[in-house]
Amino acid sequence: MTVAAVKPYAFPARDTVDKFPAPLLYIGWEDHLMFGAPLCLPLPASMPFGTMVEKVLPDLFGEHPDFARIDWSKVEWFKSGRPLHPDPAKSLADNGIGHKDVIRLRTPGLAGIGGSCS
Amino acid sequence: MDTRTTKSRLGLKDRYAAMTRGLGWQTTYQPMDKVFPYDRYEGIKIHDWDKWEDPFRLTMDAYWKYQGEKEKKLYAVIDAFQQNNGFLGITDARYVNALKVFIDGVTPLEYNAHRGFAHVGRHFTGAGTRVACQMQSIDELRHYQTETHSISTYNKFFSGMHHANHWHDRVWYLSVPKSFFEDAMTAGPFEFLTAISYSFEYLLTNLLFVPFMSGAAYNGDMSTVTFGFSAQSDESRHMTLGIESIKFMLEQDPGNVPIVQRWMDKWFWRAYRVLTLVSMMMDYMLPKRVMSWKEAWEIYAEQNGGALFRDLARYGIREPKGWRDACEGKNHISHQTWNVFYGYSGATALHTWVPKDDEMAWLSAKYPESFDRLYRPRLEYYRERQRQGRRFYNKTLPMLCTTCQIPMIFTEPGDPTKICYRESDYLGDKYHFCSDHCKEIFDHEPEKYVQSWLPVHQIYQGNCFPPGTDPTRPGFDPMAAVLDYYALEDGRDNLDFEGSEDQKNFATWRGLSQRN
Amino acid sequence: MSNNVFIAFQSTDESRPVIEAIMADNPGAVAVESPGMVKIDSPDRLTIRRDSIEERTGTRFDLQQIHLNLITLSGYIDEDDDQFTLSWRS
Repeated sequence: MTVAAVKPYAFPARDTVDKFPAPLLYIGWEDHLMFGAPLCLPLPASMPFGTMVEKVLPDLFGEHPDFARIDWSKVEWFKSGRPLHPDPAKSLADNGIGHKDVIRLRTPGLAGIGGSCS
Repeated sequence: MDTRTTKSRLGLKDRYAAMTRGLGWQTTYQPMDKVFPYDRYEGIKIHDWDKWEDPFRLTMDAYWKYQGEKEKKLYAVIDAFQQNNGFLGITDARYVNALKVFIDGVTPLEYNAHRGFAHVGRHFTGAGTRVACQMQSIDELRHYQTETHSISTYNKFFSGMHHANHWHDRVWYLSVPKSFFEDAMTAGPFEFLTAISYSFEYLLTNLLFVPFMSGAAYNGDMSTVTFGFSAQSDESRHMTLGIESIKFMLEQDPGNVPIVQRWMDKWFWRAYRVLTLVSMMMDYMLPKRVMSWKEAWEIYAEQNGGALFRDLARYGIREPKGWRDACEGKNHISHQTWNVFYGYSGATALHTWVPKDDEMAWLSAKYPESFDRLYRPRLEYYRERQRQGRRFYNKTLPMLCTTCQIPMIFTEPGDPTKICYRESDYLGDKYHFCSDHCKEIFDHEPEKYVQSWLPVHQIYQGNCFPPGTDPTRPGFDPMAAVLDYYALEDGRDNLDFEGSEDQKNFATWRGLSQRN
Repeated sequence: MSNNVFIAFQSTDESRPVIEAIMADNPGAVAVESPGMVKIDSPDRLTIRRDSIEERTGTRFDLQQIHLNLITLSGYIDEDDDQFTLSWRS
């Protein structure tokens, strides 16, 4: 342990998956900084990736004028910065997405409000 | 004839020594190590406590006398301000939101500083060090009280200030200053001095104090200005304690240097991240602006800070690791911060708004490299949406940095269009950070930061509802329950300045004061 | 790169004799006024002398009274009943 202490220093982690109703997922939409930061929400591990795209993302990002223009066939996905090739029929868990993973979508050609990446 | 002569008395240095170190003793009923159990475990070696040089020589009687006189002067002004409805003299009611940031975010830290210095003021073996810390503890309690009194006049007339202590422990953006200070208070006494006395009270104090006090002066807030002047000589004592504590540690043993360097890296970065709130205040919340965050950073950090590090170079200390990234951020952090507050104003104890045209022109002039290209477009978009009755509020909670607890709004050094993502795996779980420096802080002491009480995660765990809430009942609205838990009055403490009660009231009262 | 020390006071009646004494006793000192504040820079050292202030006030002055109007300072402090000195030790 690297914490300097006068006696053993061991405390439970506050954010283990058992403490949440479902695993947490962080989702960022690249070049759309209007949202400030990537978003965070619990999603069931069994939810198909495609359901997340169709049902959840509109709630998260639908307010942005670029959202309606997304060409879903061209979207690129990343997990922890590395390319992800999700199978929409498979669950989040089966796509290798677990508790406190961060995924990012990139929508080529869409660069936010007035091209400012917002 | 007898001539009156003044009684001979000890000189100041001797008086001070007699009333401080002269009252200390080597314990015999219990060993010294047991009486002072906490000032060796951090690895800092002190060979000779007598080498501590008292930063100021105020004996307690002088301290009480002069602090008492300062109090009388301050409260006379506060009384006069209140009696004359001084609040009507502010530029406009948007300014009060800067005071909300202060009373909710900064003032509770003064109370924590009081507790922190009281603790270390007991635990250093050196009597001179203990006395200096004990005096600072009283100073900080004074600051907590005087800030509360100076700003209380506004609390009578505006929202967002009435529950500062309750909010400090719960509301999402206030966990940023809270976790900063609690991190310091739960560290050892030498780290506490490096964190607070040196990094906060010496290195970066001008980037907290001067913006708020100048902002008050420029916006007609005599009450806060007077508090500021009244606290300033206390702060000069705190600064000298900061520089003396660093010098003392570095001179006592060469083995102390790497420990102190690591603390300086950590605490420069943590304090810099807390100052994000100040950057937003300077650039967006002052109707009459003083200077930009960028300008303040250039004067108080780049110029002053450079001199400070040159002074310490002889000990083998270098500038903190995060220094360059902090300098690079000067063009961006205020805009990034305002944006996240704007979007999440549904859950803030303050109002936000889109700047007016002349304010945007000021921002353009102050930020020629970044504002028009990156930040103006979305502000103008927000303004247009508001005009259409569709004011933008972000409906989903943000991802937070585990260390600084700020939403992950910061961008890659060198590319302000890309969010900076960093992560660590620890004992089977992932942790996320806004920067290399927050990640490094975690990586050095993961056992500490896995305990971070992150507001967004706590909300999702169901820990941010009022006691007795049933989240399973039909029609349950989690965000309304969170606002209840926060004790924020929806529609009054939060949302846009336009249409707020603050705006309407101020216009009415000012009108009443000018017409029959 | 400066080796200036500095001290800053509130612009009040009480500060005036202190500031005058400093300017008289410290060749090379430069005073800059800004709203509510006077900042005095001095190369290497700055000394405030009690007797110099008392010449101006005509009454006894306790050097620690400067705490009532002090805003900030820079440099290492050496003080006793008769003088308060800022300097850089190198």
